[in-house]
Amino acid sequence: MPRPKLLSVFLPALAGALFIAIWHFIRVSLSEDFRFLLPAPTEVITAFREHGDELWRATLNTTAGATLGFLAAVAVSFTLSLLLSLSPLVRVTFYPYLMLLQMTPIIVFAPILVLWVGPGLKSVTIITFLICFFPLAVNTTQGLVSTDRNLVELFRLYRATKFQEILRLRIPAALPFFFTGLRIAATLAPIGALVGDYTAGSSAGDGGGLGFQTIIYSSQAKYPALFATAAACCALGFIFVAGVLSLSWLTLHQWHDSYERADI
Amino acid sequence: MSFAVTAKSSVSASPAVEFRSVEKRYSQGPIILDAFSLSAAHGDFIALIGPSGCGKSTLLKLVAGLSPVSRGELIFSTSSATTHLADATRSSSASARDDLAYVFQEPTLLPWLTVAQNVALPLDLRAVPSAQRTALVRDALALVGLTPRADYYPRQLSGGQKMRVSIARALVLSPQILLLDEPFGALDEMTRDHLNEELLAIRERLRWTAFFVTHSVAEAVFLANRIIIMSANPGRLHREIRVDLPYPRTPATRRDPAYHRLVDEVSQLLRSIEEPATV
Repeated sequence: MPRPKLLSVFLPALAGALFIAIWHFIRVSLSEDFRFLLPAPTEVITAFREHGDELWRATLNTTAGATLGFLAAVAVSFTLSLLLSLSPLVRVTFYPYLMLLQMTPIIVFAPILVLWVGPGLKSVTIITFLICFFPLAVNTTQGLVSTDRNLVELFRLYRATKFQEILRLRIPAALPFFFTGLRIAATLAPIGALVGDYTAGSSAGDGGGLGFQTIIYSSQAKYPALFATAAACCALGFIFVAGVLSLSWLTLHQWHDSYERADI
Repeated sequence: MSFAVTAKSSVSASPAVEFRSVEKRYSQGPIILDAFSLSAAHGDFIALIGPSGCGKSTLLKLVAGLSPVSRGELIFSTSSATTHLADATRSSSASARDDLAYVFQEPTLLPWLTVAQNVALPLDLRAVPSAQRTALVRDALALVGLTPRADYYPRQLSGGQKMRVSIARALVLSPQILLLDEPFGALDEMTRDHLNEELLAIRERLRWTAFFVTHSVAEAVFLANRIIIMSANPGRLHREIRVDLPYPRTPATRRDPAYHRLVDEVSQLLRSIEEPATV
């Protein structure tokens, strides 16, 4: 057993080292005049040190927007999905508008939002919410309505109340679908917060997030700092996805077939 | 000592389930079940057999109340002679219909619950106190020999074991009526034979009226005291065969010449339905 564990740490580390080596090789093969286009790995680390406070604050701001928007999307989409799952009539009535919401380009919507709630965390949260909402609502609704027919009959047979049917059958049965939506939303949340911050961020108040910092660094041609910003975004995205994957594993691994192999 | 016991008790004068010219059709569709009349005494083990489309499964759904009768009457009566393990689980308006259990073609277990939790489901839904629940679940698991698997999840079990859990769940409320819709159809013959024997062994201890849908003549003859052969389009009662082999039936029953004669008889009757005389 320890052997594959070791390999699963060693191999990605090796690939990472290889990647940095290639990066370095490309850089040294560029002529002096163009080296600014690709900062050395060491320069990125230096940029982290130089802009550390700024980047840390921006990362925290973006994390706050991403987390709040994500959690709001989970809560609202779950409630809405429950309502939608109750009757086909309700689904038919509201589904087109759900689609419409998804079709609305955030870039267009952002200035309107800034007008309504002002720039900063509020706007970023709402934009993240809007981006995360659709995959969550669609997957959760799908899960809630595709409960095994025989299991529904079993519950009816035992005179289960509608409430028992939803709580003890439909919701647990929908969990794998819900987590599919959650995984998509987790990859979208940091991107949503970033895009939100890029279009509706502000130096006023909290000082802006990673999106806002991107605008500043690119206008100042601070390329190593931009690379550092990108790395911070990656880290944030990684934490989100890892968090959701862990939650999904904790909830499903004991009973769901998708984790059958992970146990071995 | 089998159904003779319930036959003697006074309440058994009224049948457990009585079909009075029951007709079933879905909205304006064709007639699925036509003028079906049958009276099932308490403790009867009735096997329903016939070509597909003869309405066997529909019959079970009607008894279960999962689907309404289109015409005719379906009458239930309770039996005080039936052993009740779970009297507290019964509502005050105890009709026999509140007291039935269904074993589906598939095990239909909730994959997120352990074996014990699955068996406890009917008790949970009726808010049976947890002390009583634990005891009932333990008894039901012991009946099907799955006590060591109580904390397993369904996906860790074999097909036969899953079906056993499904049966334990059906028995946990000690139902008066047991409906089984081809429960062993997907299992290999060895497992099926074995589960048939177990089912009859349980029947020696708990008394229920059973309706058992099957495609296997051998299974029907081995289990039932009455075999109802049905014809299709529309579904009708074609013929009833009484199986007079004494209970308890054991693997030795399968070597009994009387058993083989009955299997032959039922098989020929079935063939005569499936290949009409015009051929």
